[in-house]
Amino acid sequence: MVPLSWYVALSAMMFVTGLVGVLIRRNIVVVLLCIEIMLNAVNINFVAFSDYLHLIDGQIFVFFVITVAAAEVAIGLGIIISLFRLKESVNMDDYNLLKL
Amino acid sequence: MMPILLIPLLPLLGFLIVGIFWPFFKGKGHLIALPLVTISWAIATMEFFKSFTAPPSLTLVYDWIRSGNLDVGISLQYDHLAAIMLFMVTTVAMLVHLYTIGYMHGDSGYDRFFAYISLFTFSMIMLVLSDNLVEMFIFWEAVGLCSYLLIVHWYERRPSWLAANKAFIMNRVGDFGFLLGIFLIYDTFGSVRFAEIFPAMASHLHETVNISAAFGGNWHVPVLDVIALLLFLGAVGKSAQIPLHPWLPDAMEGPTPISALIHAATMVTAGVFMIARMNPLYNAAPFALHVVAWTGAITAIVAATIALTQPDIKKIVAYSTMSQLGYMVMVCGLGGYGAGIFHLLTHGAFKALLFLGAGSVIHSLSGEQDVFRMGGLRKYIGLTFATMLIGSLALSGIPPFAGYYSKDLILVTAYQQGPLGQMLWLIGVLTAALTAFYTFRLLFLVFGGKERFHSEAHGHAVHPHESPLTMTIPLIVLAIGAIFAGWAGEHYGILNYLAQELPLPQVHEGAGGLSENALKGISVAVGFLGIIGAWVLYGKESAVPGALAKNLSFFYRISLHKWYFDELYDAVFVRPSFIIGRLFWQELDKGVIDGIVNGVGSFFRGSGVVMRKLQSGQIQNYAMVMGIGAFGLLAFYLVFNRL
Repeated sequence: MVPLSWYVALSAMMFVTGLVGVLIRRNIVVVLLCIEIMLNAVNINFVAFSDYLHLIDGQIFVFFVITVAAAEVAIGLGIIISLFRLKESVNMDDYNLLKL
Repeated sequence: MMPILLIPLLPLLGFLIVGIFWPFFKGKGHLIALPLVTISWAIATMEFFKSFTAPPSLTLVYDWIRSGNLDVGISLQYDHLAAIMLFMVTTVAMLVHLYTIGYMHGDSGYDRFFAYISLFTFSMIMLVLSDNLVEMFIFWEAVGLCSYLLIVHWYERRPSWLAANKAFIMNRVGDFGFLLGIFLIYDTFGSVRFAEIFPAMASHLHETVNISAAFGGNWHVPVLDVIALLLFLGAVGKSAQIPLHPWLPDAMEGPTPISALIHAATMVTAGVFMIARMNPLYNAAPFALHVVAWTGAITAIVAATIALTQPDIKKIVAYSTMSQLGYMVMVCGLGGYGAGIFHLLTHGAFKALLFLGAGSVIHSLSGEQDVFRMGGLRKYIGLTFATMLIGSLALSGIPPFAGYYSKDLILVTAYQQGPLGQMLWLIGVLTAALTAFYTFRLLFLVFGGKERFHSEAHGHAVHPHESPLTMTIPLIVLAIGAIFAGWAGEHYGILNYLAQELPLPQVHEGAGGLSENALKGISVAVGFLGIIGAWVLYGKESAVPGALAKNLSFFYRISLHKWYFDELYDAVFVRPSFIIGRLFWQELDKGVIDGIVNGVGSFFRGSGVVMRKLQSGQIQNYAMVMGIGAFGLLAFYLVFNRL
């Protein structure tokens, strides 16, 4: 039996990996991948606690998260493609439209 | 009732039609304005002749303010004083309307000009018909406004608007006193209506007012004297008495018809009219009366000395107006209100004539106003010469012209008022000699002698031409007035006619001295003396005037520079005002006010520059800040176990 703390530690490491990736990587595709990693870190947490507490809710939630993640990736990739068409770049530093 | 209402209403209608629809008239504004004023004149004339037998009437047109015991209505008080004033005002106004057609022909502001003179005529009629001080004050201001608007008629020219501002500001000083006088009257009598003030005069004779109360002082003076002096300050401004006179000569920058109508015949006499209208008040205020008399006498002689040397034809006539107004004010100050009004009426005729004649001369020389660049014009503009000669004789007080009757009445009235009156009489006689001198100096310089207008700087030949009929007809009509007005006034007993409102002055018994006929003889003699003096000096080319100017250069300079009043006011009021204004502008406004406003602006601008750095537009920066914040909160919770 794997103790709960291992799952939580794995989840925390994946989350931090994803977060750092989001913050420091400049490639927008990699950033999108890192967001997926963070979502999956959360999923691991949900499943682990579902098993630990013998509650099925966590696992149902994971399905929702996977569904939303799929939709989000579809939209996210769509945005990335049109951004690429606009700027001819996947580098996030070039996406400075919020600044005057 | 109705016809009297029409007298002011028709010129107002003319003003509204021409004033509102002026772009459609295109130089035809007189087609509306002139007939309306003429009808108004006809009604005023008919009513004037009816007034010999008809009782005075009072019509309430509009109940304006009724609050507590303040009761102000726009009313028409038609009595003998108003009737004869209206007759004069509408006559001159009508003739000036007619004259303007010729004089202002082709002017770009032709229709505007007609609109304003109609408005002026309306305001002046209403001023004369007022039955209370508030109504009088409104139209007092309205005629001042019209004066301003008409002086500034040629608004592109700097002297015009400078003169207009000067007239307006100087009148404002006087009006300030007038307004305070009205306040004090309301405070004392509880009413502003003449009909309620005058009967109550006796009960306030010994009342005093503490005029230094504002400074904690205790200086009690008779309240009626204070009121009379405050109201007189308004008259000083309006009637161009010393010390508020310099605006009148400057007002000659306006077109000549205006000089004749407003600055000679009607508006400037409003001050005299007001004093006459308020005569029960002035009779109850002996100290104020002395001030009035002396102000008038000093103005009369000072203006006459200035007129001796002026080179500008209109300024000479303007100073003579001032001098004659001085006569009227002086005799009012001696209690001879009827004589003052009589002179006001005859003066209205012959001074309007002189101004319109001067305008005709200027017109014939295409705008030349310097009498030293005229001369010999008798051949070219004979009709103007003849009418101006009549006007000059009338002004000089030569019988049987109008000025003789009224001026002599003033001098005789003055002489009969005891020692003070005799002193003022002496000033008056001296002024009469000077008046005759400068009037005929003008006449000889303009119409006699050699033709000096050829050598003018314009370079092209000048061909003097007689003015059109529209300009000469008013001259002829006014000349008839200048001949007969005085005789008619004496023959039909104007003083007894006016005695309804203006009590006759009491003859000071035991004054002794000269009989009435001797007094008349003296004033006619000094008039002839002045004319002979002018003939000797200016009748033919001579070096005497130049030599006199050199030998008496001190007096000559004083006269030429108008006693340095302009320079004095410039140093005492204008320059300090500019300095204070500049101080407030540069230091207070630009320094403090702008400093605060700009300081607030630049503070937010500066802080914006700093804060802008945070908004990099990089999503990752924002996410980083968010992440640090989340971790920070979490760490805080974990360490201190509370949020």
